[in-house]
Amino acid sequence: MKKKNVLIIGASSGIAEAVARRYAGQGSNFVLVARNQAKLDVIAADLIARGATGVQTRVWQGHDTASLPEIASFAWRTLGTVDLALIAHGTLPDQARAQRDLPYAVEQFRTNGESAVACMLAVAGHFEAQGNGVLAVIGSVAGDRGRQSNYVYGAAKAAVDAFASGLRAQLFKKGVHVLTIKPGFVATPMTAELDLPAALTATTDRVAADIEKAVNSRRNVLYTPWFWALIMLIIRLVPTAIFKRLSL
Amino acid sequence: MPTLGSWGRYPRHPQTPHPVAWPFEIESALSRLRSQGVESTLGYGCGRSYGDSCLAQSDHVIALAGMDRLIAADWQSGVVTAQAGVTLDGLIQVGLPNGWFLPVTPGTKFVTLGGAVANDVHGKNHHVMGTFGRHVRRIVLYRSDAGVCECSPTVNTELFNATVGGLGLTGLILEVELQLRAVRSSDISQTCIKFGNLDEFFALSTQHDSKYEYTVSWVDCLAGGKRAGRGHYIGGNHATEGELEVARHKAKRMPVDPPFSLVNTLTLKAFNTLYYQRQVRKVVETRVDYDPFFYPLDKLLQWNRMYGKAGFQQYQCVIPPESGRDAVAAILRETSLNGAGSFLAVLKQCADIRSPGLLSFPKAGVSLALDFAQHDALNIRLFARLDALVHEARGRLYPAKDAHMSAHHFQQAYPAWTRLESLRDPMLMSRFWRRVTS
Repeated sequence: MKKKNVLIIGASSGIAEAVARRYAGQGSNFVLVARNQAKLDVIAADLIARGATGVQTRVWQGHDTASLPEIASFAWRTLGTVDLALIAHGTLPDQARAQRDLPYAVEQFRTNGESAVACMLAVAGHFEAQGNGVLAVIGSVAGDRGRQSNYVYGAAKAAVDAFASGLRAQLFKKGVHVLTIKPGFVATPMTAELDLPAALTATTDRVAADIEKAVNSRRNVLYTPWFWALIMLIIRLVPTAIFKRLSL
Repeated sequence: MPTLGSWGRYPRHPQTPHPVAWPFEIESALSRLRSQGVESTLGYGCGRSYGDSCLAQSDHVIALAGMDRLIAADWQSGVVTAQAGVTLDGLIQVGLPNGWFLPVTPGTKFVTLGGAVANDVHGKNHHVMGTFGRHVRRIVLYRSDAGVCECSPTVNTELFNATVGGLGLTGLILEVELQLRAVRSSDISQTCIKFGNLDEFFALSTQHDSKYEYTVSWVDCLAGGKRAGRGHYIGGNHATEGELEVARHKAKRMPVDPPFSLVNTLTLKAFNTLYYQRQVRKVVETRVDYDPFFYPLDKLLQWNRMYGKAGFQQYQCVIPPESGRDAVAAILRETSLNGAGSFLAVLKQCADIRSPGLLSFPKAGVSLALDFAQHDALNIRLFARLDALVHEARGRLYPAKDAHMSAHHFQQAYPAWTRLESLRDPMLMSRFWRRVTS
């Protein structure tokens, strides 16, 4: 397998780390961006031990959109070309709190929506100039239809989905591919406190394997694991008159 | 949040997990526990200990499987340093393509490094390589009373010796530095020899154990009379040439808890007879992948569910050489008399290779492992008789598999327990330790 140049924003997320490990085994080069330098150091050492050729890290806070152009330039300067950029940062908001705490709701919406959109914008120009590569962004099945139980998160992820859809059409003409990843339930530090149904919950390894395959085959939208495509199809098809009576 | 348990699912004490994915978050996790009024806890990895040694007395465990990163790997020397949540499977995946394999492996690859150290696990090559702990070069612990501590065979030796086989009680294991062993192929050259009774097993073992790095025997524990102790002797060596390929996982999952144990008198008789007869010739030589050779049971994820919700217990003992044959014969006789046959009865000769571990289980002699579906009254009666036999033969039981041994038997078999107790982290306490030390 050919080694790749990989940029990951939100590199300490469970899914991002699992994806990075797969590419590390191929001798890839990395620029990793996350909030916490201590975590970045641990991950960098791990990837090097797994075979990565080089790992550069940058600390970045999710709302600091002003510094994104500089981070993108740093990535391209360091790696030369970027074969894969993965935008993976996010939080899982407490929906009940978001309904009564406006600043919290706005902050969560910005982290999961605005910030991911800003990241895509920051790298889009570089990809356009480069004329190849894959921009992958982690959306969510929650973005497919706003549900009572987590619509703050869902709405932010819906924004990511719509934005990526438009950007995909724009960059396609330039030879750049945009992949929207929609994971279902995944066992990660972000979901560690939730009581997820075991039968529907995937490991990060499984999701990362799906992501690598989707990058290679230039999939547009990836539901992972696959059965979420079916589940979400059904959820989208429920008529609103009925949907609003459900407590999904 | 889903709760955790032990592999045998007996005794049933659902554990509330407190996941920690980063070493620098341990301290805050412990103080959070204290603020919730939880006074003691225990590190939890993959939950492959069978009985109650992986269950916290408080039923609140620090779940460390998320700490699964490598820290450094030197493929020239085969020395790997990793966070304690890395599984043996994970180590094989990175090591094997570089020509390195585990120096010692138990019968499942789904255990963490921390768990392998804490139970000082052994495998089919005990008679050559000894226990896992002999290949550990350094351990980093987090102690609630001292913070981060390092120990090795030369630094903080007493803490190191207490930690190897220390059942996770000397501190939360954060990092392990391990010497891997070089291999030239991912295959094993295997020889399988059928034996008709227990005496034949001991003769085979004496004659062949020096030829194979890996040896183990399966015994048909339901066969009685002249056939008592019949089975298959399996010897293996790493092939000397070939590909270095990581096995592809094609494991199936046991999807549900059957309403009753699928392992019962009927299925056992059928399985044991078929398994014994599967090989017609006396000796069969083959070349097999390392995965089915070392980890046949890993093919069925969550196979422990076969026993239904009630769970099962494993009875594993080691008996010194002078009384080995007679004690094993008596244990098998007692088992078959009780009609409580075991799905897998495994015999293995261990050698006199000292482990640094104070509470390491293996010692020179023969080790026997039997699985029993959990039936309260039956197990209590049977285990009492087996315990008496083991005790009389100066043998001992394996804490990692245990859910029943008495404090008296434990303390007699493991006199160094007081030294471990004096080095125990005051905030760590398992249900096993409380049971056998009080």
